[in-house]
Amino acid sequence: MALDFSSMTVKAWRRENGRVGVRNHVLILPVDDISNAACEAVANNVKGTMAIPHAYGRLQFGEDLDLHFRTIIGTGANPNVAAVVVIGIEPEWTQIVVDGIAKTGKPVHGVSIEQKGDFETIRLASWKAKEFVQWASEQQKEDCPIGDLWISTKCGESDTTTGLSSCPTVGNMYDKLLPEGIYGCFGETSEITGAEHICVKRAATPEAGEAFMRIFQAYQDEVIEPFKTSDLSDSQPTKGNILGGLTTIEEKALGNLEKIGRTSTYIDAIGPAVAPGKGAGLYFMDTSSAAAECVTLMAAAGYVIHTFPTGQGNVIGNPIVPVIKISGNPRTLRTMSEHIDVDVTGVLTREMTIDEAGDALIAMILRTANGRCTASEALGHREFSMTKLYRSA
Amino acid sequence: MSKPQLLVHDHEDNVGVVVVEDLAAGTEMLCVVTADNSDFRLTAKADIPIGHKVALKAMKAGDTVTKYGEDIGRMIADVAVGDHVHVHNCKTKRW
Repeated sequence: MALDFSSMTVKAWRRENGRVGVRNHVLILPVDDISNAACEAVANNVKGTMAIPHAYGRLQFGEDLDLHFRTIIGTGANPNVAAVVVIGIEPEWTQIVVDGIAKTGKPVHGVSIEQKGDFETIRLASWKAKEFVQWASEQQKEDCPIGDLWISTKCGESDTTTGLSSCPTVGNMYDKLLPEGIYGCFGETSEITGAEHICVKRAATPEAGEAFMRIFQAYQDEVIEPFKTSDLSDSQPTKGNILGGLTTIEEKALGNLEKIGRTSTYIDAIGPAVAPGKGAGLYFMDTSSAAAECVTLMAAAGYVIHTFPTGQGNVIGNPIVPVIKISGNPRTLRTMSEHIDVDVTGVLTREMTIDEAGDALIAMILRTANGRCTASEALGHREFSMTKLYRSA
Repeated sequence: MSKPQLLVHDHEDNVGVVVVEDLAAGTEMLCVVTADNSDFRLTAKADIPIGHKVALKAMKAGDTVTKYGEDIGRMIADVAVGDHVHVHNCKTKRW
């Protein structure tokens, strides 16, 4: 019997700006690489907080700096985050991040290290972090319609089984939940190569299709052509993809695109870590196909749950967004099942339909939104990888 | 239906995907086309790992390989029905 998705609700946190979060993190967020140590010290002092160390944030400029700020601010602004302590080396850029996050209405406080040193910074930030974590611990969950969720997708360590099972499972979920009002997101610009003619047809409007093609062509012209030394067959498909039976980028792309289902169409193509701006629906985001970079960008755009089909077994997680892993490869389920949340091997044995697999994923999305710890959360996978567009000054 | 050893996305495809571990040369595979659940039999000519492709038709170097009903690249060597198709005999047309 067909499930009634419109009546489904989750217990989650309704944030100050109306968005729904499924986790209640208090972040200690570095503006730049050299503030990582202070952030980690604060997170050590105050239990229940989390530092997100990263590699960048100094001497960046132009579009690359814009992306850096958008990623850091977007991470703090994500509804899975209750409150944020921001630490940066100097006050001006620290304040930019604080002000950006403050637009959501959530508690945020900035401390800068210059003319204080790590000790005094850590002391000040720890007091604020303790206040925030105790405040956050009393925020109550409420019933929220499933349509309030923002659910992104990106596959990894793909093989031929992803195109047959786990990717169409995600596609089936989108076909069922996008009509309920969720926001969806897919990306992986380089990994559409060979399926761009199909992707452009899946745009809801000619404008959205043109926006996708501009992004796709710019990547081919500005990144692939100037920097390639071969046909990329040593990196795209990856060695893991090839071990799993994928031979060419075209084959990989066609499997990748199975994630947007049969009936779903995207309403816009947006830049990396850009918050979707045209209302509920599916968006294409210009991202790398590297798992941690892509999920980091989608989390920074405001997505609160990530669905991750894998064939050969990608182990990725994210600090703030639960990453739900789906696999249909029986060897992967046999050898590394600790990483997999949804087993769709039955699709390959023809004991499970894609419709049933989609329902199983939706059930896991509901459980995850209600608090179930994903495999990647349980295993401590918190990969946070900033996308860098070019060398710093 | 018993469990298939090979899945094929589309009737236009000239390759299918092995979906079981330890497939041995000489196995008469149950092959299912996922588009409509129709099935046929085909004998594997080699030990082919799970996830890897099998030629459903004889192909020559230069021929287009079709999967999902779409162009996924070109053959760079000849293959017979039931042969293993992968990076040793198939290449991208891109980049």
